[in-house]
Amino acid sequence: MDSKVKIKSENVNFFYGKTQALKNINLDIYDKQVTAIIGPSGCGKSTFIRLLNRMNELVPNTVLTGKIYLDGTDIFSPSVDAVEIRRQVGMVFQKPNPFPKNIFDNISYGLKVNGSKDRSFIEDKVEWSLKKAALWPEVKDRLHDSALRLSGGQQQRLCIARSLAVESKVILFDEPCASLDPISTAKIEELITELKKEYTIIIVTHNMQQAARVSDYTAFFLMGELIEFSKTQDIFTKPKDSKTEAYVTGRFG
Amino acid sequence: MRKNIIQNLGFFALFICMAITLIFLGSIIYFISVRGFKAISWEFLTKIPRLGMTEGGIAPAIAGTFYLTLGAILFALPLGIACAIYLCEYSPKGFIVNIIRISINNLAGVPSVVFGLFGLAVFVKFFGFGISILSGSLTLGILTLPLIISSAQEALLAVPQSIREASLSLGATRWETIKNIVLPTALPGILTGVILSVGRVAGETAPILFTAAAFYTRGYPKSIFSEVMALPYHIYALMTEGTHPDKQTVIAYGCSLILLFMVLMISGIAIFIRQKQRGIHG
Repeated sequence: MDSKVKIKSENVNFFYGKTQALKNINLDIYDKQVTAIIGPSGCGKSTFIRLLNRMNELVPNTVLTGKIYLDGTDIFSPSVDAVEIRRQVGMVFQKPNPFPKNIFDNISYGLKVNGSKDRSFIEDKVEWSLKKAALWPEVKDRLHDSALRLSGGQQQRLCIARSLAVESKVILFDEPCASLDPISTAKIEELITELKKEYTIIIVTHNMQQAARVSDYTAFFLMGELIEFSKTQDIFTKPKDSKTEAYVTGRFG
Repeated sequence: MRKNIIQNLGFFALFICMAITLIFLGSIIYFISVRGFKAISWEFLTKIPRLGMTEGGIAPAIAGTFYLTLGAILFALPLGIACAIYLCEYSPKGFIVNIIRISINNLAGVPSVVFGLFGLAVFVKFFGFGISILSGSLTLGILTLPLIISSAQEALLAVPQSIREASLSLGATRWETIKNIVLPTALPGILTGVILSVGRVAGETAPILFTAAAFYTRGYPKSIFSEVMALPYHIYALMTEGTHPDKQTVIAYGCSLILLFMVLMISGIAIFIRQKQRGIHG
């Protein structure tokens, strides 16, 4: 499959204080593909994707070396605004985190902070994103109810819709199904498969079956190192590295 | 068998301690009510004092306490919330901020009469506001600042980090995140803290002793530069000065009852708001 590179990570090292969390990561993320990042807890998966939307710079005492390019632009260059990067690279978190506001305002918030004022534009965009996130039929009659009353799975899809509304082109999923039941998980996975037609998706997961089901490419991280990266099929059927094989066959992790 | 006896003895001891506390609390309310109730009448609540404090009402003192409290909150609320936001959301975490936090907490332990002297030196004398509502409000405001800051900080820290991250991840700036997400979420908690400090401010005597309070004014205060009567100080004055201790004591208990009622009402409102919020978020 020949697809263009959306995000390129070059010799990335990352430190929390003196602890090195990422060691020399070189990884290409392809456009309109799903890339899964797997590996045991503490291997640097989440740290890595939180670099891609510059979320880690909110953590004090961290140091980054190396470069990350989004569409060829160095996202850490001084002329690039982190706020703009975060709009382009959306994020869905481990635990659903809707704002304590109503469903409509949860989505319109992102539009408003990005400068939209026109009421009918906002209304259209809210409907469009909820439809895209496959949540519209369930909430269309109660847009002004608190988002906190939705089920966990619905909340997670609302968080996805929130990202879609601001026209993110890349969506990072940080273990999006960790707190969801199997049915809600299936819905999110279905949605990810649908979204990859238009969006570049990176998903961190502990669940190997999930990685195998939804992703096109898989990266295996271990102790801050990228051990192996290739097509998902190959990672699971003919891993090149013995550590990858041990992990995907469940011998540790 | 023996273990059970020890356990029962333990529970009994705890029960006794609880009962003693309740008895004290109950008897305060009982004595103040019984003695104060005789003094309460329509005239008592709405008229100015007559005949050297032995007749008439305490309306100017009620009004004075109201103005002083309002002034203190108007001054301390914006300052305290801003300070808490800075400490929680903006300042780099570390040694210096910890020192500032500890200092603020220590400020809460400074005796209120010391605040009174500070108010006398700074507001009454240095700024030349005189003995006035303004000086008293500012002094009370400073007294209550640590309380407002720490309750606002608690409320801000209780806002989950995850919704801050959600807001930032949508391309909001930190300021937009604070203004639109963090503050509205923390507001009920902040308000609860504020209302509780209102209760404290309304009852304070020492800080207004040298900065605002007068034993007797002929009517209601004319401006923020007027000195005022205030309930706590009025009680103190009635019990320590004057020539008719028998009549004055009754009035003092009447004032106490009114003050107690005001403070309980305020705390009641705070508890009500908190319960309501728990219902929504819990």
